[in-house]
Amino acid sequence: MLDYPTLKIIWWLLVGVLLVGFAIMDGHDMGVGTLLPFVGKGDTERRVVINTVGPHWDGNQVWFITGGGAIFAAWPLVYATAFSGFYWAMLAVLWALFFRPVGFDYRSKIHNATWRATWDWGLFVGGFIPPVIFGVAFGNLLQGVPFQFDEYLISTYTGSFWALLNPYALLAGVVSSAMITLQGATYLAHRTEGAIQARTIRAGTIAGIVMVVAFIAAGFWLQSIPGYRISSVVDPAALPNPMSKTVVREAGAWMANYGRQPLLWLLPALGVVGALAAVVLMRARRTLSAFVASSLAIVGVIGTAGASMFPFVMPSSTQLAASLTVWDSVSSHLTLAIMFYATLIFMPIIILYTGWAYRVMRGKVTEQQIRDNEHVAY
Amino acid sequence: MISEQLVDLSRLQFAATALYHFLFVPLTLGMVWLLVIMESVYVMTGNVVWKDMTRFWGKLFGINFALGVTTGITLEFQFGTNWAYYSHYVGDIFGAPLAIEGLMAFFLESTMIGLFFFGWDRLSKPKHLLVTILMALGTNLSALWILIANGWMQNPMGAEFSFDTMRMEMTDFWAVLFNPDAQAKFVHTVSAGYVTGAMFVLSISSYYLLRGRDVEFAKRSFRVAAAFGLASVLSVIVLGDESGYTVGEAQQTKMAAIEAMWETEPAPASFNLVAGINEQAQKNDWSIEIPYVMGLIGTRSVTKTIPGIAEIKAKNRERIESGIHAVTALEALRKDRNDAAARALFEAHKADLGFGLLLRKYVTDVRQATPEIIQRAVDDTVPRVTPMFWSFRIMVGLGFLMLALFGTAFWCTLKLECGKRPWLLKWALVMLPAPWIACELGWFVAEYGRQPWTIYGVLPTHLSVSTLSVTSLYGSLAGFVGFYTLLLIVEMYLMVKFAKMGPGSLGTGRYTNEAHHGATAAA
Repeated sequence: MLDYPTLKIIWWLLVGVLLVGFAIMDGHDMGVGTLLPFVGKGDTERRVVINTVGPHWDGNQVWFITGGGAIFAAWPLVYATAFSGFYWAMLAVLWALFFRPVGFDYRSKIHNATWRATWDWGLFVGGFIPPVIFGVAFGNLLQGVPFQFDEYLISTYTGSFWALLNPYALLAGVVSSAMITLQGATYLAHRTEGAIQARTIRAGTIAGIVMVVAFIAAGFWLQSIPGYRISSVVDPAALPNPMSKTVVREAGAWMANYGRQPLLWLLPALGVVGALAAVVLMRARRTLSAFVASSLAIVGVIGTAGASMFPFVMPSSTQLAASLTVWDSVSSHLTLAIMFYATLIFMPIIILYTGWAYRVMRGKVTEQQIRDNEHVAY
Repeated sequence: MISEQLVDLSRLQFAATALYHFLFVPLTLGMVWLLVIMESVYVMTGNVVWKDMTRFWGKLFGINFALGVTTGITLEFQFGTNWAYYSHYVGDIFGAPLAIEGLMAFFLESTMIGLFFFGWDRLSKPKHLLVTILMALGTNLSALWILIANGWMQNPMGAEFSFDTMRMEMTDFWAVLFNPDAQAKFVHTVSAGYVTGAMFVLSISSYYLLRGRDVEFAKRSFRVAAAFGLASVLSVIVLGDESGYTVGEAQQTKMAAIEAMWETEPAPASFNLVAGINEQAQKNDWSIEIPYVMGLIGTRSVTKTIPGIAEIKAKNRERIESGIHAVTALEALRKDRNDAAARALFEAHKADLGFGLLLRKYVTDVRQATPEIIQRAVDDTVPRVTPMFWSFRIMVGLGFLMLALFGTAFWCTLKLECGKRPWLLKWALVMLPAPWIACELGWFVAEYGRQPWTIYGVLPTHLSVSTLSVTSLYGSLAGFVGFYTLLLIVEMYLMVKFAKMGPGSLGTGRYTNEAHHGATAAA
């Protein structure tokens, strides 16, 4: 069995992988949902857009569910504290997601313009809201979250939902939303042709530019936001107890990792270059490469947030010692090991059959196909 | 102190969303295998009616599945949003099966369902059948992992409390995996799902047969459903009995409540068929008993006794009193982990820690617990008898009624005359809600019967909640009720519409209703 500190680091990376996997896979469905009302004119065009993700959105959504499950299993304190603290934000995500399964499956089952238009906006909500809220959540993590523990480690969150919507967090929401929209655009451009593709590329270009500008702005702004630093000696092998350390909040702390390890600058660079490359490639109709570039941009952006905060996962702004870190909010050694092996076994299998599913359904979705498959297509 | 109102509202929200989710899950579990059977016949015989059956029932399956997915996410979220302390306290064990469920089962099921619907023209016959089988496998594996998680709540094993981390930690993954409660629950629950799927197909096929339309399609569907349903309902009843036999304190307490057995009876105990329960006086005013049966079901012997409620409570009183020492020692250890005296005291009493924590519902410092408070905590340890007693009996009664229906239906299909018995078809039609009622009641008996614990003997329900405001709970509960009502109306509308339309909704030109629905019925 791998030793405890190594597994703690592995799980920080694995949660990152799951988040990135979610953003790449479910992200492109959500991006398509966001674009749906704007790039699809008329019912058949909208059905084309919906059917590019129709066979896949359900499998892709499992990245989200498995990500949640993995955080539950590997970082139970983070799962408990974040989900209950961000109560209304989480419910907003959940309720937005409600529109997707039913929206996809029910929309085209009835021939009624109002019915279909309603579900189209439902699919928009299900695609647009979650990435915004996840971005806002990250924006708040970077500033610290007001929560504390009592002697039983019962956590209490003292902020309000509206306090989450502060300017920096909203900027992070813009980064996230634009990033996911770009991801959806590259995918949609790959699977469509003609007018829909042209409109998608225009929308994707705007999203890409907004994303790059907002991401760079958030990066500069971050330097003036006080970060967090563990001020006591860290024993990575210690049994997890968040209250056994001391933490200070100081300006520039989120930049410290980049100072120590300059190679980390590659992450924000990848975010910017990847997004710009995605736009350029998409406009050149090299849509598959654009999708890959946009996915790399996602690695860069999420990696940047993770690298800035490491080893913090969820700093507390009101009881600094309660801050949750990679070292002290994790599961037991045994559970981390079991979950690591389970992931090691199943993740390649998942990637294999997901790849197969995309291969089976490959090719452009056209209006002709929708008309021919009136009874099968969404 | 956590307010009782917060706990009640959190429970209500979880119960409402779980019961709602469970309207869709059993049908999914059963329908997938019916689809596998139908498609297998299609692949083997090449008879296109079997393909149409797979696609039409698949369409109804899809309408149901969408809400299963929608409401399933709620449950995973809710452990974190509303049961934060639970998530912290047992996440080390409970989180693992949930995450493995995602990795091993839910990914498979959800990826394959896309290919099931969209892959008909893109996959060869055997490959499409493989997709359907993998979808069924994923669905059922998903239930397995969820019930491993749930089985652990009923009968926690393979784990130990750590005072350093203030939580339960896994010590033996295999014990969690092969928990006998989990295995029995899995078989019982998926079989109940199979019955639900069979009843759904049987009822709707009966509707077509009664109307004399799409007869070849409906007859075959009826036959498959009758055979599959009979096998499944036998499995539910036999293996339901098995889950009664599974030993464990949670099950014993439930059994006593289900049976309204206030005092321990000499072995072998008799079974109360019906009884006038007097919760106040802790006795039954009257009862109709069947001798020996309870002893046989509960212990598989004629000599072993089954503990009654009074005996269970007496034992729990001792454990609560011992638990006070465990809590006191734990608090000392949290302040100084090297306190040797506290450590010795804790080790001696830690098996009863959960029972000590029961007192925290009434007092912050458990040492201040008066005899009255201890008595209230003792009374809490057995759930209310009346709802348990009657829920169980209605569930079992419906089970036997369905056994009779499936048995008759199967007998008639053997004689190839299922279309000629209108009384049977009408009976099948009115029985449509039966499996859902039985499933919901079964869920209720299992979960309400575990109270006052979330993890039996380990973590009391009132300690498990998130520290949210009561206002937040009212808001979220209202939101869920609103959303779910709306979704249910939409789902029922589509389900009824497509069930009425029948296989004509496929637009193949082979069935009734094609002329005026052919153009409008898109999938």
